[in-house]
Amino acid sequence: MAEFVMPTLGSDMTEGTLVEWKKRAGDRVVKGEIIAEVDTDKAAIEIESFHTGIIEQLLAKPGERIPVGTVMAIIREEGTQATPAIKVPVSPPPLQKCSPKKSVPSPPPAPPPIAAAITEPGRLRISPAARKLAGEIGVDPAFVQGTGPGGAITLDDIQRSAQAQRQQPSAPPSSAGETGDRQARMRQTIAAAMVRSKREIPHYYLSTTIDMGRAMTWLKEENLKRPVTDRLLYGVLLIKAVALALRQVPELNALWKENAAIQGPAIHVGVAVSLRQGGLIAPAIHETDKRSLGELMRSFQDVVKRARAGTLRSSELSDPTITVTSLGEQGVETVFGVIYPPQVALVGFGKVVERPWVVEGQVVSRPVLTASLSADHRVTDGHRGGVFLSTVDRLLQEPGQL
Amino acid sequence: MNIPLTPDDIRQTILHLLGEIAPEADLTALKPGVSFRDQLDIDSMDFLNFVIMIHKTFGVEIPEVDYPKYGTLNGCVEQLSDKRVT
Repeated sequence: MAEFVMPTLGSDMTEGTLVEWKKRAGDRVVKGEIIAEVDTDKAAIEIESFHTGIIEQLLAKPGERIPVGTVMAIIREEGTQATPAIKVPVSPPPLQKCSPKKSVPSPPPAPPPIAAAITEPGRLRISPAARKLAGEIGVDPAFVQGTGPGGAITLDDIQRSAQAQRQQPSAPPSSAGETGDRQARMRQTIAAAMVRSKREIPHYYLSTTIDMGRAMTWLKEENLKRPVTDRLLYGVLLIKAVALALRQVPELNALWKENAAIQGPAIHVGVAVSLRQGGLIAPAIHETDKRSLGELMRSFQDVVKRARAGTLRSSELSDPTITVTSLGEQGVETVFGVIYPPQVALVGFGKVVERPWVVEGQVVSRPVLTASLSADHRVTDGHRGGVFLSTVDRLLQEPGQL
Repeated sequence: MNIPLTPDDIRQTILHLLGEIAPEADLTALKPGVSFRDQLDIDSMDFLNFVIMIHKTFGVEIPEVDYPKYGTLNGCVEQLSDKRVT
């Protein structure tokens, strides 16, 4: 038997609200398949199953606020026998539990009844599909009355609202109330993580200036060969260079847990994505180092799109082993990043600028970029950080090999 | 059959595409001669997606070197006004 528990989708998450089950008891589920949708302070997230088997019991109900680590469902893994129904979900605290706010009860109490689980006033609950439809047909979810579980806004609600809007063209002006509430909670969530980071992680910072001439020239020529739908952004070269450099300095690709650095199981680069309503999120591009530039570009486009549409998957939030942030488009030249715990490093990139540069004794104009590393001094020293940055630099001088 | 596109057709279509890219934007206030990126919260990923949408909608090839020409509403209309869709 396997327990499907409320996952931790970042060190700052202590609980989530079950919006809806995507499966019913008796359904077969495959590892990696979406089993539920959960609302967190940052976004609505599609939760994947970690097991393959038959769902024996769904223990949590839509609308319930569930602490991280609490058993939400029982899955009978393939090849095992069915067991009597479990009355009270009991689960040990998850290994990755590291919230600064509160610990998961062990054993946790039975999930609270639905009536007690309605979200706080003003909170917007909407499925990703409904959110997408709302955006497509111009409906503001803040004005939609949800009829789904726990008041969640469903596709039908959006369609009904759109019909009502058509009948009554003078729709009420958009209010920032609901969106503002989400923004406020996201801000608090980011604040908690950043305070924890600055309190617990002894940061050190390094930076280097990288000549991007070869990379930009290569990219221009490469994009000439590609149809518009397959073209690359230079940011993809940076992400790939970071991923490959982590093979050389794997201690930066780690998580700090229980007073020790644990090597990341693979290189899952989290890419910081700014959200239109404010705030940011850094979903993982899994096994970043193994993807071709074309694959990486498609994955990058996909996670950015889904991050902004609110349809990220749980593994994309729980799995990053390092974060890359690029603020060049905002005119920033150097990033002094704050590490997102339990990660132990963050890589920042500034904008590409033309600067005087000495090449073979001659001063020439070159496009250059400042790459920075914020790293946890408990895990690495400046020497290794320097090796990492110089490896990123070296890799970007051979863009065709990325 | 080829359908001629009027400047207004193009303008409306471009505004629709921008609405897809930046749904939070007030496109009624968009200044046609000013860069999208100076008026809207869009980044290079958004702009690439915008170019891809123009390509798919209008059936035109857009070399990377021509991207700046599509950076304003007026620029888009100018670039696409002599195009036809089938």
